[in-house]
Amino acid sequence: MQIKTTIEDHRIAKLAALAIALHMLEAVIPSPLPGVKPGIANIVTLYVLFKHGFASAAWVSILRVFASSLLLGQFLSPTFMLSLAGALLSLGVLWLSMHLPKKHFGTVSLSILAAFAHIAGQLIIVRLWLIPHASVAYLVPIFAMAALFFGLINGIIAHKLLYNEISITDTSPRSSHH
Amino acid sequence: MRAGDWCVLTAGIVLVAVLFQQLWSHDGATRVQIRLGDTIYGTYSLNQQRDIHVEGAIGSATVSIMNGRARFSKSPCHNQYCVHQGWLSRSGQAALCLPNQLSLELIGETKNYDSLNY
Repeated sequence: MQIKTTIEDHRIAKLAALAIALHMLEAVIPSPLPGVKPGIANIVTLYVLFKHGFASAAWVSILRVFASSLLLGQFLSPTFMLSLAGALLSLGVLWLSMHLPKKHFGTVSLSILAAFAHIAGQLIIVRLWLIPHASVAYLVPIFAMAALFFGLINGIIAHKLLYNEISITDTSPRSSHH
Repeated sequence: MRAGDWCVLTAGIVLVAVLFQQLWSHDGATRVQIRLGDTIYGTYSLNQQRDIHVEGAIGSATVSIMNGRARFSKSPCHNQYCVHQGWLSRSGQAALCLPNQLSLELIGETKNYDSLNY
């Protein structure tokens, strides 16, 4: 049986592979506080969102969450649920903030908003399921600060990638040259 | 960076500052609430000197109240994290003993994080 694939499928697969690689890279970097991570794989999501639209970005993001958790042996574990909740909520916020006037709100805005949504999604899961206690509120300011910082950095990197037209993967068909 | 980006960044900084101010400022506590499993075992004033013996999931634990502070002073649990946490004195502080399903939470005049409670 042969599954027909489109160029778009290939592009999504390549970009998702890149996002997974970044996710893996990040998984081996030690973090001072569990859960505080730069989220560099989200640079790919932002890049895809601006370059190829929301549907592709959603595919890349969700594929990344599933594939990375399988590779790290965390599928359906709390870590995976946190990752998925963060990804889904930040995709939701990205979808909403996409409609902000493009003239004023660029990559950096979307990145910061998505980072906040990411951490909000994770904290909701933590509060409702993992640690159902009010003391979780102590961690909120630290996570929010990390989200702001890394959201800003990732947004700037994504902007540079888009603006300078550096291709992060060769997504063009083999035959064409540019 | 466009104008809107600066707005989002500023709003983010303000949000973080407000979160720190709201969630990390504590006044002194007046009462301690002991929870056993998912039920409230009891709420006690910190204005007394008293040892409370609570029968938890795996055994008897002692909660001490003294000088406006509270702590786990004895616990049957293996790792003794709850005991090592020591005295708690500020509103919103908490100590948990998961094996014994017991937790302490200090409560001030106004309870913190009302918006997060349910």
